[in-house]
Amino acid sequence: MNDSIVFFDSGHAPTLELLGGKCSSLVSMTTAGMPVPPGFAVTTVAFDRFVDGSGLREEIRTALAEIDPDDVECVDRVSARIRAAIEAREVPDDMHGLLKEAYDTLMARFPAEVPVAVRSSATAEDLPDASFAGQQDTYLWLTGYPAVREHVRRCWASLYTSRAITYRLRNNIPEEDLSMSVAVQKMVDARASGVAMTLDPANGDRSKIVIDASWGVGEMVVSGQVTPDNILLDKVMLTVVAEHVGDKHAELVPDASTGSLVEREVEPGRRAVRCLTDDELLAVATLAKRAEKHYGCPQDIEWALDTDLPAGENLLLLQSRPETVHSVARPAQAAAATPKSPGPTGFSMTGLTFSLTGR
Amino acid sequence: MTIEQTMKSFPKPSQIEVPAGAEGWEKLYPYNLVFENAPGGDEKFWFCDSQHWPTVFKPFETIGGEFAVKCLGQYNTRHLLIPPANGIEFKIHLGYLYMSPVPVPEGEIAARVPEFERRAGHYFQNWDSLLEAWHSKVRATIDEMEEIRFSALPDAVPFDDIVSGKAMDGSQVLMENYDRLIALLYRNWQYHFEFLNLGYLAYLDFFGFCKEVFPGIPDQAIAKMVQGVDMELFRPDDELKQLALKAVEMNLQAAFDDPDDVEGTLRAVRDAGGEVWLAAYEAAQDPWFNFTVGNGFYGHDKYWKEHQEIPLGYIKDYIRRVDEGRQIMRPVDELIAEKERIVGEYRELLQGEAREQFDAKRSLAATAYPYVENHNFYIEHWTMGVFWRKVRELARVFTDAGFWADSADMLYLNRNEVRDALFDLVTGWAVGAEPTGPHYWPAEIERRRGIIDALSTRRPQPALNTPPAQITEPFTMMLYGITTDQVQQWLAGDEGGEDGAITGMAASPGVVEGVARLVTSADQLGEIQEGEILVATITAPSWGPIFGKIKATVTDIGGMMSHAAIVCREYGLPAVTGTGSASTTIRTGQRIRVDGTTGRVEILED
Repeated sequence: MNDSIVFFDSGHAPTLELLGGKCSSLVSMTTAGMPVPPGFAVTTVAFDRFVDGSGLREEIRTALAEIDPDDVECVDRVSARIRAAIEAREVPDDMHGLLKEAYDTLMARFPAEVPVAVRSSATAEDLPDASFAGQQDTYLWLTGYPAVREHVRRCWASLYTSRAITYRLRNNIPEEDLSMSVAVQKMVDARASGVAMTLDPANGDRSKIVIDASWGVGEMVVSGQVTPDNILLDKVMLTVVAEHVGDKHAELVPDASTGSLVEREVEPGRRAVRCLTDDELLAVATLAKRAEKHYGCPQDIEWALDTDLPAGENLLLLQSRPETVHSVARPAQAAAATPKSPGPTGFSMTGLTFSLTGR
Repeated sequence: MTIEQTMKSFPKPSQIEVPAGAEGWEKLYPYNLVFENAPGGDEKFWFCDSQHWPTVFKPFETIGGEFAVKCLGQYNTRHLLIPPANGIEFKIHLGYLYMSPVPVPEGEIAARVPEFERRAGHYFQNWDSLLEAWHSKVRATIDEMEEIRFSALPDAVPFDDIVSGKAMDGSQVLMENYDRLIALLYRNWQYHFEFLNLGYLAYLDFFGFCKEVFPGIPDQAIAKMVQGVDMELFRPDDELKQLALKAVEMNLQAAFDDPDDVEGTLRAVRDAGGEVWLAAYEAAQDPWFNFTVGNGFYGHDKYWKEHQEIPLGYIKDYIRRVDEGRQIMRPVDELIAEKERIVGEYRELLQGEAREQFDAKRSLAATAYPYVENHNFYIEHWTMGVFWRKVRELARVFTDAGFWADSADMLYLNRNEVRDALFDLVTGWAVGAEPTGPHYWPAEIERRRGIIDALSTRRPQPALNTPPAQITEPFTMMLYGITTDQVQQWLAGDEGGEDGAITGMAASPGVVEGVARLVTSADQLGEIQEGEILVATITAPSWGPIFGKIKATVTDIGGMMSHAAIVCREYGLPAVTGTGSASTTIRTGQRIRVDGTTGRVEILED
């Protein structure tokens, strides 16, 4: 058996050297019950078989041997040569079959072929910083296997950008055993999406989860271009404490012809109703709560309900990051200093309870 | 238009029309409980306690209301000096009980705090030992009550009494026993509130704390954190479940063919070799069959002990469910785990002093609260069960003497009139002439029955006069669900929600759809079919067994801590309580949707 392909939901150990940083995190999130958009990693094993099986390893070594680290033009020249070689070289037949099979397996999960994103997933030591590489080598809205195959090779080639080569030279990172993993992941086509925070941003109350939700793909909620539905839930009981149905006048939807997102008006009927059912609301809140528990601090997540996935499996976590405003500015429960108001008994029993329990 | 003009009000008592045939109703009740004779009737805000007294009082039955509400008040006002709250004033209007909480004047509240802390502190510090003493006191009262006998006087004083020079005719025993029965009942009603107000207070204190540190925390969450899981209130029902399991184990199912035939059923069990089962059945009865299908406040309430077709019917139903392979015991371990999860998760959100306060207040509430649930068995069920049994025993002495036809007729006399009738009875007996009662009471009872029947054709007004802008009295909010929102909803009348939905308290979470079954009296419980949604004015704890059968509950009356709410949370069924109008809006057979998480009930189709 080989480890060339690892699906995110395979339960595979999130090994950095095999999967790279990005894919490793996608695998571990899915395993922890926080499903990301489905897809798979074309692992470092696949990369190795590609460069070894096609004789590229030797070519790369030869090219790199000629490099003069202080000559920027020389580095650029060598970089361009290596990358052109990688992008031009045919994938060995056995590799080719595996990638195609993985792609077909992924597509079989949806009613029809859907666009995917292809992005590099570097192992941390090999590149200046993973996010830099990830940012640069992300290809969106790719449809069909030939496009996927081509962009996987482009990601592989990005291991040899001038900047990457220079970085390794400066930091004495050996070129031997260098490798790269690539993520192939479904593009989210959201029926509804939004953000969720595991505290009430109005007062920092950590017993709440607040959800902003709107129709379509989530950028309009994040950037504040629409008034989303706003729902406040109790984090422990997962029941609605307060809700406000927002206007949600516009939504972003994928346009197959241009392979990008287009903005369109939301018809009045859908503006007036909450874009999440009770079950969906519960699922989003549970997801946010799980993320908070997984990362050990209040989280600010982005989520989406994917149109191409069946109900119950369609909630996807797109991002989870620590909530910094309230959890840092006001540690713990903002509202929960020592309560001073008398409460429903009309007077304070605090003195009594403290003297009785010896606290 | 001024604010006063736009403010909606409930009717004034003096303006409510008396139903035809009920004229003169006020003479049936104690003079001090009639608005006409007392100040404030048309001014103060009064709400109807139809939670405890959903139907019209017969004159004798006011004893429960008078003792209960009087004794509730004494603990706030005189025993504990609860700083902001005195007792609850009460009146009877057109046969229903109305209440008005008595606040402590603002300026006097602070001065009561130290004395309250001294008194309440003593109770909280010695909770377990005082509660143990409470059980002994209450049991002793019940035992004394059990020993009381009412029997007809003999034709002649026994010769022994002549010899001993006793010089008493025995009528004094009849009269003393009557007075003692009333006094013993009064005693246990005083005991009833010894811990109850403190239990509520500790709960409310924790409630207020939670609402402050977790703004918007659902009431259900707070209730779940202090509520007992394994409580005595569920014990009678659990006994029946155990008996059902035992019957299945011993293969006795066939004996329960017709549980309405109590003797036949027990004989069939014996014939099938069920001696062991019968012994267990006997053992369960004392004390757990001192359980009523009503609420203990009415003379007609049926008790399991005297109506064994009721528990036997429940056992039959449980047997069927066990045979279908279903789990009938409550999932106690799961309930405990869920409670611990909720407590743990909220606690985790607090730090430092706030967490210490959470722990202190929750532990106080969790110590004190189980009493709130458990006392009910000892007083409303057990004490009242014995009391009503003795009342019937006395009434039979009267029926034998020709005073009235049926022992239940005595309920049309008030308790002081019974005393007079007793003296009439012994006078006639002593004099050797006819007592007056047989000539007076039958017609008078018929006249009174007519009035009670006429009053019973009317549902009570939920409240009287102008409500305060905000309802703040803690006990009424918690016990009766009388909140500002609730009052506003009542005032809105039958208009309902804008979409026709019925709203009430979100008393137990979950959403289900199903067929409604309207139950207006305990006698209809047998009609409930598996999987239906119970719609009732109010439920009683002894309806326990049907909660394993239904999908959800909707009531007209009751708050977060009403019996329906507690039992539904226990059984994991959605409940919406305190809707005010569900039983008059929903009909049996309609398909309804109950959302116990938001407190909404919708009629989906006829």
